[in-house]
Amino acid sequence: MPRTDLEIVVDDPTAPEENSPAVTSSGTVEIIVCLLLLALAATLGYDNWRTGASWDSTGPEPGYFPFYLSLVLGGGSLYGLIAALVGRRGAAEAFVTRAQARRVMAVFVPTLMFCVVTQFFGLYVASFLLIAGFMRAIGKIALWKSLLTAFLFTAIMFVTFDIAFDVIMPKGPLEAAFGY
Amino acid sequence: MEAFGLLLHGFAVLLTWKTLVLMMVGLVLGIFVGVLPGLGGPNGVAILLPLTFTMDPTSAIVMLSCIYWGALFGGAITSILFNIPGEAWSVATTFDGYPMAQQGRAAEALTAAFTSSFIGSLVAVLLITFLAPMISSFALKFGPPEFFAVYLLTFCSFVGLGREAKHKTVISMSLGLLLAGVGMDTVSGQLRMTFGSAELLRGINFLVAVIGLFGISEILLTMEERLALRGHAASISLRVVLSVWKDLPKYWVTLLRSSFIGCWLGITPGGAIAASFMGYNLAKRFAKEPESFGKGRIEGVFAPETAAHASGTSALLPMLALGIPGSGTAAILLGGLMVWGLNPGPLLFVEHKDFVWGLIASMYLGNVVGLVLVLTTVPIFASILRVPFAAVAPMIVVSCAIGAYAIQNAMFDIWLMLGFGVVGYVFKKIGTPLAPFTLALVLGNRAEDAFRLSMIGSGGDLKVFWSNGLVGSITTLAIVLLCWPAIDALLGRVGWTQRTRTTSR
Repeated sequence: MPRTDLEIVVDDPTAPEENSPAVTSSGTVEIIVCLLLLALAATLGYDNWRTGASWDSTGPEPGYFPFYLSLVLGGGSLYGLIAALVGRRGAAEAFVTRAQARRVMAVFVPTLMFCVVTQFFGLYVASFLLIAGFMRAIGKIALWKSLLTAFLFTAIMFVTFDIAFDVIMPKGPLEAAFGY
Repeated sequence: MEAFGLLLHGFAVLLTWKTLVLMMVGLVLGIFVGVLPGLGGPNGVAILLPLTFTMDPTSAIVMLSCIYWGALFGGAITSILFNIPGEAWSVATTFDGYPMAQQGRAAEALTAAFTSSFIGSLVAVLLITFLAPMISSFALKFGPPEFFAVYLLTFCSFVGLGREAKHKTVISMSLGLLLAGVGMDTVSGQLRMTFGSAELLRGINFLVAVIGLFGISEILLTMEERLALRGHAASISLRVVLSVWKDLPKYWVTLLRSSFIGCWLGITPGGAIAASFMGYNLAKRFAKEPESFGKGRIEGVFAPETAAHASGTSALLPMLALGIPGSGTAAILLGGLMVWGLNPGPLLFVEHKDFVWGLIASMYLGNVVGLVLVLTTVPIFASILRVPFAAVAPMIVVSCAIGAYAIQNAMFDIWLMLGFGVVGYVFKKIGTPLAPFTLALVLGNRAEDAFRLSMIGSGGDLKVFWSNGLVGSITTLAIVLLCWPAIDALLGRVGWTQRTRTTSR
């Protein structure tokens, strides 16, 4: 007989509420994205036109391909912009609710800080801080478990990449103190 | 029969302790990646790619492809036990797999899923073994115009056949092609779109973009949802396995049909997701009692799993034979080939026999070992889900950063990864497909080079793309595919008018 004796149950105490109000609608975000893409297309298009986007005796100049691609990108975004402005059907749908946005920020902000710390103190220090901090603050996991997990994971990464596989990561003053 | 001899040679390359150990490591990591929420096949392979930089190409590709097989197997575990598809292509598996688990038949469903995955991959690998060398030797005659036509065909079929809004596919693809062009122009050596930045001189690395687009954005998306889960734990006994296998011959039509659909959609850029749904729907349509589907029917597990794996595996065929990836993961493996200094394309079969046949042999071996591994270790992998996401999420972020940095040893790439993470998150939420972007970014430079080389050869005459029957038909097919939605609508209208005429009569 098949065995389904034990069940696996994992709870999510900080799950976003179902009825949270929307921060912004999909339609609005689509308009913003299309405007940004239009600006990008214009910038890249200008740069390529400056580089040379015409057709000489040997075929296209270096800027030729990207110039016309930026026109395509611009055209696509313009179409998207008009479609989003005119079509109000799917536009009212929530892009993200307030509760969801809070959760997304709870990962994004630490990730951003992780990158900043990596820039100045090296990847391993940043990794330890991110894992320990995230487990403790967001996951509400016991401090000793968080610290131990963070230390073990970081140590394993260090041994795997920097020592075993010779893939060198950015390091800071702490590693320098140990002679790495 | 030449293929058979070469395949045996491939096995000989493979059967060293080091490669076998790497294979096991790859499979375990892959299943892990497939089971964990917020990680999937493509980003698992992308994140772990840096591990292989210092290996020889054969060991590296064996390990990476085993990660891929593992991820394919792993996706089924969470679909059946938790009703959570670990991967988009396992969605169809939940329709009948989860009801089976609820009825206490989890072990049966898992065995069915793993076995059909194995069969699907096997059919696709057989196809690769015999078809890939033929296609590649045919493609050896290709010049730049033929190659450009094939690239054009790939891009056009994405726009014409994709299910997303057309303008979104176009935006995604043109953005990818543009970003591929950043940096030094390979033909003239001139700088493009760098705006005087030394960091942009290197160009935008494909793998960095993939890690951001799939890894970081997936974490953000996963956090949005409720992460509580409740599921069955199951272990598989030998008796269940044997009883499922004994019934296999009864389902040979379903298995064969799904394998065929999978292989077809894998080679054309339809992908494993479409294949799994199509496999499921066709099995349902041809069944004697279709209403029993969705209530825990074993065929409902066989059909999508076989198709998804046949498709995931056969996506490697165009990658190996022509240097054109059939799926996101195949695109990343292609990126890997370039990092290891191999030039993807038909010459691979001539210049790097060991590599190609080692890889093909590893597909056979990896699937057999993978099947045994998942059947015996399901309980362990199912319990990975007990690890809280608050611990898994930061570890994935760190792994992504390590992966992004290691590619070019550049801190800038970590920032780029973060940027692509945000882009991926927003694009996914507004329904802009990421696959065309990925494909365009990896193929962009090669497509442009092929175009410009053809132009230099023809003295700037576009007629070169219709200069012989082969290149002409590929180019024409590409244009037909690009305009397919319009043609389809037109044909539909003709068909519709005819139908109304007959009914009115």
